[in-house]
Amino acid sequence: MIRYLVGRLGQSLIVILGVTLVVFAMLHMLPGGPARAILGPRATPQAVAAFDHANGYDRAVPVQYWVWIKNLLTGNLGYSYKLNQSVASLIADRLPKTVLIVGLANVIAIVLAIPLGLVQASRRNRGFDYAVTAGAFFFYSMPLFWLSLLLITFFSIDNTFLPPEAPQGSFVDVLKDPAGLVLPIAALTLITLALFSRYMRSSAIDSLTQDYVRTARAKGSSTSQLLRRHVLRNSLLPTITLIGLTLPVVVSGALIVESVFNFPGMGLLFWNAAQTQDYPVLLGSVVVIGVATALGSLLADLLYLVVDPRIRAA
Amino acid sequence: MTTLEPHLPGATSGGLDSQPTDGFTAPEQQSRWRAVVRTFAANKLALVGITVVVLMFGFCFLGPVFYHTDQIHTNLAQVTLPPGPGHPLGTDSVGYDELGRLMVGGRTSLTVGLAAAVVATLLGALWGALSGYIGGFVDAVLMRFVDVLLSIPTLFLLLFMASVFKPSKTELILVIAGVSWLVTSRLVRGEVLTLKVREYVSAAGLMGGSHAYRLFRHVLPNAVGTLAVNVTFQVADSILLLASMSYLGLGVQAPDTDWGGMLSDGVNYSYSGYWWLIYPAGLAIVVTVIAFNFIGDALRDALESRLRSRT
Repeated sequence: MIRYLVGRLGQSLIVILGVTLVVFAMLHMLPGGPARAILGPRATPQAVAAFDHANGYDRAVPVQYWVWIKNLLTGNLGYSYKLNQSVASLIADRLPKTVLIVGLANVIAIVLAIPLGLVQASRRNRGFDYAVTAGAFFFYSMPLFWLSLLLITFFSIDNTFLPPEAPQGSFVDVLKDPAGLVLPIAALTLITLALFSRYMRSSAIDSLTQDYVRTARAKGSSTSQLLRRHVLRNSLLPTITLIGLTLPVVVSGALIVESVFNFPGMGLLFWNAAQTQDYPVLLGSVVVIGVATALGSLLADLLYLVVDPRIRAA
Repeated sequence: MTTLEPHLPGATSGGLDSQPTDGFTAPEQQSRWRAVVRTFAANKLALVGITVVVLMFGFCFLGPVFYHTDQIHTNLAQVTLPPGPGHPLGTDSVGYDELGRLMVGGRTSLTVGLAAAVVATLLGALWGALSGYIGGFVDAVLMRFVDVLLSIPTLFLLLFMASVFKPSKTELILVIAGVSWLVTSRLVRGEVLTLKVREYVSAAGLMGGSHAYRLFRHVLPNAVGTLAVNVTFQVADSILLLASMSYLGLGVQAPDTDWGGMLSDGVNYSYSGYWWLIYPAGLAIVVTVIAFNFIGDALRDALESRLRSRT
């Protein structure tokens, strides 16, 4: 197990290092290099040379990478000239909010997907099963921005139950206005649920064909007992891996949801930066999100290790 | 299992395998595919999917032959007209006929979706096949590269690439394919890992077949089922990705459009009640994406049941 642990940690480290390499390559892929990206197309060659010298871009590429990595490790992600703020402070403000909605959407989706999957599996190919499958297909096939806007139309325009805009301000301000969070999280939950429920159904069907289920049934346990005691527990494990696998998809979804509801998280920050070509913010965000996603899937794997006694013993 | 062996042209039997590989291989293979087709055709959802896709292609590519509309020049005297005579689905915010627009937009959505799916699958297949077949250090490097790109969420990668390149339609295809091939390469690698140790592959090697020959003639053809399933799902995902990009303002440029672009135009009028700008385009996306998913599911089931019946 220790060997697995070391291997898995090493793999994450390599992936994180790879993310920094990719972003560093992106920095140099920018049209005209980093100096032009910040000073604009009409900057004089002297200004470009001065900028390159001041920021070390006239040095050898490996040296540049080394300096850049050292900066990353000390929390210096660059400076947004468009927003006149350090990228690190921008991300420190935005990241917790995105983690909040992505985390809540994942938790709610799991809590709903498990019972849905179990009931679907035990009443296979009947009305309820078909209805849930159809719903999953529908939400999975729907552009997320449209789903979000339909939610706004029904719950904020036609009926004024909920505010159409997400709460603004700092993390604490956002928490003070839970009503505003309902629609963005609902939109994100629906597509996550669509991803999860199909998987849960087939995983539960798989569990139902196992020998231990047949044994339990032979010993006289009722269907509901069977589902709760045997199938549920064994279907819980794969969901941890599932969260790890679908995390990038849900984070992509957060970008859309945040831009529809004007929720001040990483996605909105990134989208605005893409529109104003604020490259320091774009690159800083990709590093942070890439590393966070890699750590997220590492965490999922480690959690699996903690939860599954079979792997722990091995 | 010997019936599945693709045999070397011109080579006589007598490799590792005791059973003769003679001319009877071809008909056997045909019947295998016939079985797949039969299972596939028995699936009602698959037939629904195929029908929808065929109808959509017909609507978008043949429709304009029968239903002429001006999709180049705007007509500001006729904006946001409700459905009525002359305009069965009304007109949009700059006076384009909405029904004709659906055809034009659908052409982009379907073309980009299909092309991106094919490019992504080819790239993923090649990458994954090389990785799995060569193995060792090369495998580790190629797969860690995939891990790295997979840990950057698709839309972030896409948005960054699009903000640097300002994509045209061709570049959009490449950009979408550029973020979609990753999962394919993992699938194909896994498949190749199990295929490359089969007897018929070693037999081909013993008979003097080069590595390239073994990979492209003996290993990859047996992964064709996986690839076919993958392409189908990729088309669905690419159409959705393109729609997201249009919403984020990075899709195709006017007067060209796609269903996602029409939809994101339309939702600006949610409050005005111009439903004809929203639902036709939105439903076109949902129906087409579901149809491709149906086909993919059925294809996978057909190929899997083929595998099941064999063992």
